[in-house]
Amino acid sequence: MSEHKLSHHEEEADDRALFGFWVYLMTDLLMFAVLFAVYAVLHGNTDGGETGRELFKLPLALTNTLILLTSSFTCGIAMIAARKGDKRQTLLWFGATFLLGLAFLALEIFEFYELIHEGHNLGSNAFLSSFFVLLGTHGLHITFGLLWIAVTLGYILKRGLNRHMVRKLTMLSLFWHFLDIVWIFIFTIVYLGAFV
Amino acid sequence: MAKKNKNWLRLRWVLVLFLTFLASLSLLLFYLVQGKNIALLHPRGYIAHQQYSLMLFVVAILLIIGIPALVTLYIVAWRYRESNPKTVMSEHKASKSLVATIWIVPTFFMIVISVVMWPATHKLAPQKSIASENKPLTIQVISLRWKWLFLYPEQGIATVNFIQLPINTPVEFEMTADEVPMSSFWIPNLGGQLYTMTSHVNRLNLMANTIGDYPGSTPEINGAGFTGMKFTARVSSDADFNQWVKKTSQSQNILDQNSYKELLKPSEANPVVLYSDFDGTLYDSVIMKYAGSAEGHSGH
Amino acid sequence: MKELLVGKLTWESLPHQWWTIAGTLSFVLLGVAVAVVLTYTKRWKWLWNDWLTSVDPKKIGIMYFIAGFGMLLRGGLDVLMMWLQQALSSGNSHGFLTAEHYQEIFTAHGNIMVFFVAMAFIFGLINYIVPLQIGARDLASPLMNTLGFWLFIGGIVMVNMFFVFGGEYAATGWLAVAPLSGKEFSPGAGVDYWVWSLMISGVGTTLGAINFIMTILKMRAPGMKLLKMPLFTWGSLCSMMMAVTVFPLLTATLFLVYFDRALGTHFFTTTGGGDPMMYTNLIWMWGHPEVYVLILPAFGVFSEVVSTFSRKPIASYKSAVVGMIGVSVLALSVWLHHFFTMGAGANVNAFFGLMTTIIAVPTSVLVFNWIATMYKGKIRFETPMLWFLGFVAIFAIGGISGVMLAIPPVDFQLHNSLFLVAHFHSTVIGGVLFGVFCAYSYWFPKFTGFRLNERIGRAAFWFWIAGFCLSFIPMYILGLMGASRRLDHYDASTGWQPLFILMFIGGLVIAVGVALQVAQILASFIEKKRLLDTTNGDPWNGRTLEWSTQSPPAFYNFTVIPHVSSVDAFWSMKKHGLKKPVYEDIHMPKNTAVGIYISLFATFASFAFVWDIVWLIVASIIAIIVTFVIRGFNEDSEYTLPAQKIQQLEEARAHKNSAHHTAINNDPHHDMSTWELVAYLYKFAIDFVKNKKWRRI
Repeated sequence: MSEHKLSHHEEEADDRALFGFWVYLMTDLLMFAVLFAVYAVLHGNTDGGETGRELFKLPLALTNTLILLTSSFTCGIAMIAARKGDKRQTLLWFGATFLLGLAFLALEIFEFYELIHEGHNLGSNAFLSSFFVLLGTHGLHITFGLLWIAVTLGYILKRGLNRHMVRKLTMLSLFWHFLDIVWIFIFTIVYLGAFV
Repeated sequence: MAKKNKNWLRLRWVLVLFLTFLASLSLLLFYLVQGKNIALLHPRGYIAHQQYSLMLFVVAILLIIGIPALVTLYIVAWRYRESNPKTVMSEHKASKSLVATIWIVPTFFMIVISVVMWPATHKLAPQKSIASENKPLTIQVISLRWKWLFLYPEQGIATVNFIQLPINTPVEFEMTADEVPMSSFWIPNLGGQLYTMTSHVNRLNLMANTIGDYPGSTPEINGAGFTGMKFTARVSSDADFNQWVKKTSQSQNILDQNSYKELLKPSEANPVVLYSDFDGTLYDSVIMKYAGSAEGHSGH
Repeated sequence: MKELLVGKLTWESLPHQWWTIAGTLSFVLLGVAVAVVLTYTKRWKWLWNDWLTSVDPKKIGIMYFIAGFGMLLRGGLDVLMMWLQQALSSGNSHGFLTAEHYQEIFTAHGNIMVFFVAMAFIFGLINYIVPLQIGARDLASPLMNTLGFWLFIGGIVMVNMFFVFGGEYAATGWLAVAPLSGKEFSPGAGVDYWVWSLMISGVGTTLGAINFIMTILKMRAPGMKLLKMPLFTWGSLCSMMMAVTVFPLLTATLFLVYFDRALGTHFFTTTGGGDPMMYTNLIWMWGHPEVYVLILPAFGVFSEVVSTFSRKPIASYKSAVVGMIGVSVLALSVWLHHFFTMGAGANVNAFFGLMTTIIAVPTSVLVFNWIATMYKGKIRFETPMLWFLGFVAIFAIGGISGVMLAIPPVDFQLHNSLFLVAHFHSTVIGGVLFGVFCAYSYWFPKFTGFRLNERIGRAAFWFWIAGFCLSFIPMYILGLMGASRRLDHYDASTGWQPLFILMFIGGLVIAVGVALQVAQILASFIEKKRLLDTTNGDPWNGRTLEWSTQSPPAFYNFTVIPHVSSVDAFWSMKKHGLKKPVYEDIHMPKNTAVGIYISLFATFASFAFVWDIVWLIVASIIAIIVTFVIRGFNEDSEYTLPAQKIQQLEEARAHKNSAHHTAINNDPHHDMSTWELVAYLYKFAIDFVKNKKWRRI
């Protein structure tokens, strides 16, 4: 563990930054709330096209859910290691989170690819527009999360695991759990909702 | 101190000047609008009249609270001015009863307004048909880019940018739109407006009670030609109305698929056109054209 | 190949109408003039180091003010063009503008006045004043603050970009109603400019709001409990809370509009299952709270001013706080009153009418509270107080017409008419703009260290009031006559023309008022020695902490962070005697250009989105990410100012001040008059040219 001790001033700054990040997460959640509301309004407007029940593959979505849940779990373990100052374990578990996230993204892209290949794309009808944009926005967030993990891990390798890094990791893990929660909503409302 | 007083004197002169300015402005305005058609203050229809009375009631209530509040404010400001020898410094804080008053007074007036508003909103809901001894008339309205198309299903005639209505007869406007952004149907003399939208039927009920020509328009912007999207609503006696229907049904123009396609093309400041006949399926087909939007949107 | 390089941009889209060419020319000339002056006076470095890259909220606040004022002139010019058109265009005459151009002007006017004038002034004020009021040295995240400001500037650039690159702005009304704003009905680039200018400035606003919430909740001076915060800070907190709640809605909605236009999705289209009514709902869920985002800080300003100028604490502090919180909570549940006429059922309409009526209660409480504050006070009538008294009258008119519009059956008649336009101008001009004018005449001595010229200030006030009456009373009447908004032409038989002419004359009178405000500031700078504030930074006998600092405050705001024990913190400190400061080391943030770079790339990306230039979109986004990554892991963003250095700075300053304290006659009665200013400027210009003074700059 790095010997770097935080002064009172720095601790206050950390506390503020974390609070600000929570507020940011709230604004992001509100953006998703709009997309969910839009999906709720438009999901029946298929303009004569196929509905979610006919298009969605539940096993695929379930697999994705499990992958993301597991990644949240590994992210949690990584944070415990980070707080203990265990650099090796931190790298290991965040690495696992990264790979799981990548798998999730790959599966999602595969799902999109199949749908588009069958002629169901963004512009087909209002239902599909809202579906693709809601999931796409989540996917974009996951992409940014992966980028963030990669860069952070790079810095930990280079500079070691100091207190600043732990604060940054805390935000990162908050972000990752947040995306997990949003996905649970997506899974429930979009996928399960289609089969109710 | 003397100079401060002088300052005040100047401010007083400015105030006098300002009040004179306001008085002359009011006189000028009065002169300018004298004899003009102030549609909202000269209602010519059943609905417009009730909306007018409701508006007067609300304004009266608001003035009962607003004028004393304003007068008090300026009197207090004047009385406790620094240069007034009677003014002394104090750290006076509001008493509990004063605080209670400033909450209770506005709450009371807003309750009065709400109690009137709730039933009035239901009574004057545009969808509600108007009870009358006379048989109601239905007019189907299609807003187009940038003109109004009116269909009289019972009379079998159609018009562009002109309607004639019999006096004291409830009229139900069934309104939709085709290839035009949201528009709004408004005849200020007869009553309030309602939006027209594709895939959607909005119903507006009005009843005229004075003979005359009244301007109608879309106050909602719907593109480049929106200013010219005007029509005239002519209110006439029953006999005149029937005669007009008869005359119109002898017109050379017929609204068929082709002439409707012509109408769909954007055009500005369209002249009045009268059609002696129209395709009976037209109105429904315009709504069905956008049926993909959503079930449950059309109709109420 | 060309498509790949410049997207949809063509030679034809370059400026070719007289107004865009004139716009391009004036922007280019302005740019060249500024560049020449900066080069000649060797000020480039100073501008970059001391201002543009500054993270000092005071400097950022002033930059917001300058940008906002520039945009006020731009938006004001739009008004004069609109009103001249309406005054001329009756019967056979069609005025001097085409319908499309007229529609672009009122769209731009609305966007500019709300986003780039009102928001700029409010953010400027909050930046400058809030840290001082809560006893903080800077903001929670100085970087986010400069980034927010520069994104806002990016928005300004985008809203004016069509002058330079593309032939048009949106012609859809300021909220770009769907489906009019869709590709089907607005195929040009105008709506895309609209989307992206609001998008980047909106993101800037969200960042700014998060930052101020962090600052207000986490960085107050010791002892300042929430219920001991000054009311301006309370108004700002409520306003920023609302901003973080509703601006994400705007961002999401704008994305959907853009997807509809660029990717062919069906969110708000009439075909393919889209729902334009959903757009109306979403945009007003943001749009209505937005006006309260603007007005709440103004309410805070009025509370401070009334209390200070009556020399009394606010009559009921808790009522004021509860009132502001009440307004901000209720404001989130009234959006539907903007479209009672869309055809919802009577129950829905009545509910939203009821909520809107209820919001009048806390607003009235605030007004009554100010009356109660003046009662038994000892009131001075300097310009801030005048603006307050003017505000109450105009805002009362706006409030009364507002409650009328809240009653659904009445609204069916008044909606979309000029009555509605007159209503919201009464509240926004009377409330927000007068609030801002009140604020700058109140805090100007704090910004600069000298008082404002009272004489010209009073004249400006009366011109504003007279101009307002001349323009907006006829506008109310026109609404009652059935004149709808946004008309570029009307029949002669309507009899509206004389009223429109009056409106135009009123616009000119307001323009004189604005010119007098510029003159006031100019005259104050000319006479700044005579107007020097000799009260050690406390010219009004103020009550809150900002008056305890020097004017203008040192870049670290407070040498020693004060301890707070009551609402009127500085007032009670003065009563109990001021303590001699004990200096300590101070941590301050370093200046940074990161905000400028990111905003620059964001503007490039926006421009590329408008014209579908894919490579530029990708490059800009990568550039933004790289900048963030580099900055995110830069741990060297602060420096320490040692106690000794602070002591030196403070002593030097005290020495300089005492030199000025000798015999200054700053009786307002001797303030320069407008005519004296004109004569002075004339002499100065003659002297400048004759004696070749520019050589000595």
